[in-house]
Amino acid sequence: MIKRMKRHFLPIALAVFCLAAFSCKKDNYEEPKSKLTGKFHYKGEAIQVQYDQVPFELYQDGFGKVGPINGALTQEGTYSHVLFDGDYKLVVRAGQGPFYWPQTGGKSDTLLLSVKGDTQRDIEVEPYYMIRSPQISKTGGNVTATFKIEKIITDAARAKDVQTATLFINKTQFVSGNDNIARTNIAGSAIADPNNVSLSVAIPTISPTQNYVFARIGVKIAGVEDWIFSPVVKITF
Amino acid sequence: MKKIVAIASLFLLTTLWSCKKDSDFLDVQPFNLLTNEQSFSDPAQVLTIVADLYNRVVDITAFKNGWESFIDPGEAIASTNNIHYTQSRNGWGYNEWSIWDYGYLREINLFIERATAATALQDADKKRFIAEGRFLRAVYYFELVKRMGGVPLITQSLTYDYSGDATKLQTARAKESDVYDFVISEMEAIKGDLPVNARTKDRATRGTALAVEARAALYAGSIAKYGANTPSVSLSGGEVGIPAGMANGYYTKALAAAKEIISGSAGAYALYNKFPTNKSQNYANLFVDNADKQGNPEIIWMEDYKVRSGKTHGFTIQNQPIFGGEEVEGGRINPSLNLVESFEKLDNTFAPLPIKDGSGNPIYYDNPLDLFAGRDARLAGTVTLPGSTGRNRPVDIFAGWVLDNGSVVSGTSLGQIGKLPNSSVDVKLVGSDGPINGVEYSAQSGFYIRKFVDPAVGAGSRGTGSEVPWIRYRYAEVLLNAAEAAFELGNTGEAVGYINQVRERAGFTTPLAPAELTFDRIVNERRVELAFEGHYIFDRKRWRIAHIVLDGAAMNEAELVSNIGSATKRNTQAFSLWPYKVYSPSGPNNNKWIFRIQRNANVIGANRFQLGNYYSEISTSILANNPKLVKQPNQ
Repeated sequence: MIKRMKRHFLPIALAVFCLAAFSCKKDNYEEPKSKLTGKFHYKGEAIQVQYDQVPFELYQDGFGKVGPINGALTQEGTYSHVLFDGDYKLVVRAGQGPFYWPQTGGKSDTLLLSVKGDTQRDIEVEPYYMIRSPQISKTGGNVTATFKIEKIITDAARAKDVQTATLFINKTQFVSGNDNIARTNIAGSAIADPNNVSLSVAIPTISPTQNYVFARIGVKIAGVEDWIFSPVVKITF
Repeated sequence: MKKIVAIASLFLLTTLWSCKKDSDFLDVQPFNLLTNEQSFSDPAQVLTIVADLYNRVVDITAFKNGWESFIDPGEAIASTNNIHYTQSRNGWGYNEWSIWDYGYLREINLFIERATAATALQDADKKRFIAEGRFLRAVYYFELVKRMGGVPLITQSLTYDYSGDATKLQTARAKESDVYDFVISEMEAIKGDLPVNARTKDRATRGTALAVEARAALYAGSIAKYGANTPSVSLSGGEVGIPAGMANGYYTKALAAAKEIISGSAGAYALYNKFPTNKSQNYANLFVDNADKQGNPEIIWMEDYKVRSGKTHGFTIQNQPIFGGEEVEGGRINPSLNLVESFEKLDNTFAPLPIKDGSGNPIYYDNPLDLFAGRDARLAGTVTLPGSTGRNRPVDIFAGWVLDNGSVVSGTSLGQIGKLPNSSVDVKLVGSDGPINGVEYSAQSGFYIRKFVDPAVGAGSRGTGSEVPWIRYRYAEVLLNAAEAAFELGNTGEAVGYINQVRERAGFTTPLAPAELTFDRIVNERRVELAFEGHYIFDRKRWRIAHIVLDGAAMNEAELVSNIGSATKRNTQAFSLWPYKVYSPSGPNNNKWIFRIQRNANVIGANRFQLGNYYSEISTSILANNPKLVKQPNQ
C-alpha cells in the first residue's frame, strides 16, 4: 500500500501543482468595481418609499441578449449598484413608484447613465404628492403627527387624489404598510385642509420592552400602488 | 487451377451479397425503441402515451404539488417546524405561479400530429385520441392564461432548421381574450368526439370538455367585467386585460356550457348525496368515497390514485390528527378562524362564533361542538372541529385550563400531564392534539383539515398511503359557475336555482330568494364550497379583488369578527380559535369550555398581493430569447 502511494505521489503532486498554478488567471473576469449611487428626489428632497418595493431596471446594450439588472430603492429613496464602467439605461416601469415617470407611446422613457469609476447620479422625479413639514412627537401614550400634503402634479390629465394618509409606528427603523405595530389613517375625502392634517395613534405594549419607536407618515395615492412617506423619525421616551 | 477456383469463389461470394443497397443493409430498425408508426398502431400503446400527457397536467393545488399547495393565504396555517413561509411572508414575488412549459405543449402538438398521421388506428380510436390531445392542450393554455395572461399560441410542433436564425420560431403573445377564445372553441370543437360517459372520470369526456369550457368562459367574463376596476392591470396590445364589452358574451357561453352539463346531455352528473341525513358526513365523504369513485356522480374530472399500484399520495399521512394517528406525524394544515367564520348559520345569515356575551364575558359551553351548532354543514365536513372526530377517532383539541382569575395553565408538549393549582390529581394540561404554539403537528389554529383526509385504515401510514382522488372539476362547481354567469347576466332568478341546489346539500333549508343573491354571496359560496380546492387565488384574481383582500395590512380581532361575508374583507393573516377548559372547582362553570381568539406568535407576516402579482412574471431569459414578448404590467 505504501509503495503504491509512493508510486502515485509524483503524478498527483504534479497534477495538483498544475491546477494550482494555472487556475487563478486568465479564465476569470475581473469583478465590477465602479459604484453607482444616488437618490430619487424632487427638488433635492428624497422620495421616501417602502424599501424594496419601487424597482427600477438598468440595461447595458451591446452584449448579446438583452436583460435587465434589477434594483430597488431603499426606504430613503436611495439606490446603489456595483457595475462595470460603461453606458447604461435606467428605466422605471409604468405603475411603479409614487411618482410620474415619463412615458412615450405607453412605454417608459429610459434615462442614459454613464458609469466611470464611482459615480453619483441623483434622479429627479415628479411625485404626485409630497409630505411637507412633518412634526411627529409623543404625547402621553400616543404618537401624534401633524403635516401638510402638497399636491405636486396638478394638471388634470395626470393628477390623482389622496386615498388615505396614515401614521405608522414600528419597533424597528423599517416603517411601512407591511412593517408596523400600530397605524391610524384618515381617508383622503375626510381631509378638510391638506395644509393641516393631524393623526394620532396609541403606542401598543412592546415585548420585549423598548423605550423608543420609529414613526413615519405615509400617503396612499388613489390608483398608485406605492406609497410616499415622510422621513423616519425615532421617538425616544 | 486451385488458385483460380479460390479466387472465383471469393469473387462470387463478394458479388452475391453486395448487390443489396447500402441503405437496406445499414438501416436496421432498433429493437428497443418503437417508431412513431409502431407506437400509433395499437390503441393500448397510444393510451400509455396520452396517459403521460394526462400525468403532466398542471394544477395550482394538488396532491402531487405537496400539502403546502393547499394553504391559501389567510385560510390556513402550516403546523410544521420547517414550513412557515405561509404565515411569515409579506407577499409574493412577481414570479410566483409562473409557468412556461412549451416543451409540454410541443409534445402534445406532436402527439396530435402523429395520431392524425397514424394509419393503423381505427377511426373511432383515432378521433378520441386526437380530441384528448386537443383537450389537454387547451387545458394547459387555460392554465397559462390564468397565470400569465396572453401567451404565444403554438398549435403545431416547431422545428429548428439549424440556420443560426431562430426568428421564425419567435411568436408574439396573443391577446388574453384570444387565448380564452382558443380554449372555448377547442372544447366546442372536440366535445362531439369525446364519449358521453359520467363514469369515465380520469380521461376527457364530453362533460369534462364542457366543464373546462364553462370555467374558462366564466374567468374571461369576469376579467372583462371587473378588469375595469384595475385599469393599470392591462397592456395596450391586449396581452393582459379583456375589453369590458366582451363580458356578456363570455358569461353567455359559460352559462350555455354549464347548462349542457346540468341538462344531463353530457352524462348523468349530480351532486353527491349518499348520506342525506348527515350532511357533514356526506360532504366529507364526497371527496373520500373510494369504494366507488366511478359511481360518484359529482366527480367530472379527477386525477386518480390507487393503493398497491405505486400511485398513492401522502396527504392523509401529513394531515391526520396526530393523536392516535398511524404515524407520528400529521396535522399540518390548520384551517384558520377566518375561513371557519365564513360558514353561514343555517338561517342564511353571517355571524361571528358566539364566544363572548354583550359585555365581553366568555360564554361557557358544555361541549366544544356546541359553539358550532346551527352552522353550514360543510364546516364540519371541511374542518375537524374541537370535540369532533377525525378519521373516526375523537380528536383531543384543547389549549389548557383557565382559572378563575383568567390565567391559563397549560403544557408545552402534546397531551402533557400535570397538576392544577391546589390539586393533587394528575390531569391532562393540554390536548394530545394541541394546540400549542410552535409545536408541530398540533392543531395550532384550533382546527385540523378534514377535507381529503382519508378515513380508510392504512391511509395514514407511510407504507400504504391514500387513494383519495384529486378532483379537478366537480358538479357543484359547475352549478356555482352557472349561478355566477346567470347572475352577471342579470338573471338572478335562474342563478338562485343553481346556487340553492348546492346550499340545500349543505343543509340550508330556506332557499335564497333572487333578491338576496349578491356578488358577495357568490364569492362567499365559492369560498366555503370550494375551500382548499385551488380556487381561492384564481377567483380573487379574476374578480380583481386580490389586491384589496390581501393588502398587506395586519389585522386585529375586532376586524376579524366584523363584516363577515363581505367579498372585500381583509384576509391577510390567519387567526386561531383556541378552546380552553375551565378550572373552577367551586364554581358552576367547572369543566366547561370557553374559547379565545388569538393570532399565533408565528403569524408574523401580512400577505400583500400587488398589482404586479395579477399576472406572473415572464422570466428575463424567456424575454431575452424572444424579443417579441412584452413584459407584464406593473412589474
